[in-house]
Amino acid sequence: MAPPKTRRPGFSRRAQYGLFFGYVVAVGGVLLALLLLFLAVSDRLGFTGLRGAALDLTAPVSAGGRSAVRFVTGGGELVTGYFGAAARNRELTRQLSAIQHRLIEARAIELENRQLKRMLKLNSAATDAITTARVVSSSFDSSRRLATIDAGRRKGVEVGQPVRAPEGLIGRIIETGLFASRVLLVTDGANNVPVRLVRDGTPALATGRGDGTIELKPLEVGKNPFKRGDILVTSGVGGIYPPGVPVAIVVSVNRDDTVARPLADPSRIDFAIVQNIYEPAANQPLVTAPAQAPPPAVEAPQ
Amino acid sequence: MRIALTTSDVRRVQFWRRYLPILSTVFACSLGLLPIVVSSPVVPDFAFLVLLAWRLLRPEMWSATTPLLLGFFNDLLAGHPVGQSMALWTITFIALDMVDSRVVWRDYWMDWLFASLAIISYTFADWYIGRLMGSVSEFAVMLPQLVASVLAYPIIARLVLILDRWRLGQ
Repeated sequence: MAPPKTRRPGFSRRAQYGLFFGYVVAVGGVLLALLLLFLAVSDRLGFTGLRGAALDLTAPVSAGGRSAVRFVTGGGELVTGYFGAAARNRELTRQLSAIQHRLIEARAIELENRQLKRMLKLNSAATDAITTARVVSSSFDSSRRLATIDAGRRKGVEVGQPVRAPEGLIGRIIETGLFASRVLLVTDGANNVPVRLVRDGTPALATGRGDGTIELKPLEVGKNPFKRGDILVTSGVGGIYPPGVPVAIVVSVNRDDTVARPLADPSRIDFAIVQNIYEPAANQPLVTAPAQAPPPAVEAPQ
Repeated sequence: MRIALTTSDVRRVQFWRRYLPILSTVFACSLGLLPIVVSSPVVPDFAFLVLLAWRLLRPEMWSATTPLLLGFFNDLLAGHPVGQSMALWTITFIALDMVDSRVVWRDYWMDWLFASLAIISYTFADWYIGRLMGSVSEFAVMLPQLVASVLAYPIIARLVLILDRWRLGQ
């Protein structure tokens, strides 16, 4: 291809100045953009209103198409489900009978737990649902793992609130519009969830790896406590996430890194439940928090 | 071009000539609204690819502020921190201007090479800004997307070429 001729403005002074001025504007624009980027990175609250409005405008578009996508993928599952029906039925019947025994045990334990908590006078903070919403889209072309849900400030959604599905934890709210909000998924590298092993209560920190998996770091130094197939639930430490929400299942264990898969796959869940922050003081700035919050209650021994 | 055009026809033709590159980039930005929920970055950033293809095809038609405004729009839509695409897209344009003034003869492979370099640095910057925002992840996570973007560029460039022919051939 021959070189484009128009880049060289020739001998016209006016054209030369025009080109030069164009570069001045471009460099100025880059500086402005870098400044905005710096503001966004350093406090993350710049443009909240504008970004909320953009969310509001775009979420309905995604929501409309989402049902179509769900219909198509659901159709595939229907067909495969048909062929595996008999085997699946047998398997499920067997599981059901096993689970019913466990359910009775669990009810008894729950009752006992409630009594014990009453004896300890632990105030169980409000963990009721604020609203339910649908996951309508997610970031797919950047290293961040963010999803959009179709509920916003109108329904009482606020920044910091935990989002879960019946299957497990999805993440927490980082941006809100009037009708839509953005969720930081548990698989994002910026999301650290305090968890504990269901099996023996070992505390750990679950950090996203950005590729749909979660890395687990035990809080105690020593032998790697995780085994393949272990299930982790939130511990309630930190005050954002309520305790006891399933988070992930361990899929591979090496000497010092453990990889888990989130139990709630955002691409398959139907509804997300937005909950209150477990301990509201956890979301306050550090200066004001101690003034109004009583010393945090000691975690109940499990 | 036909000689006899009504005023409204002229206006329509001029509109598409002028705004088709911008509108197609805006359309590519809004591909991010597709109701796809994925758990790892695998899909190329179409907005950047389309803009890059337009820039390499028609270096002369861009003003300095166009990538800035388009980047602002993309930041808002894609949920990047405001300023990310603004800065990266404008820097890419300036860098390509410098390349244009050095490299005199260009062909298809050279274009792909420059596009690949731009895509690699863009992806790296995206990952690094994500890291600054607190999302600590390995760069290896971005590799599938990087490869997909580099391989998708010729296809996008072909589509942009078709659009360009339609734009000028009305």
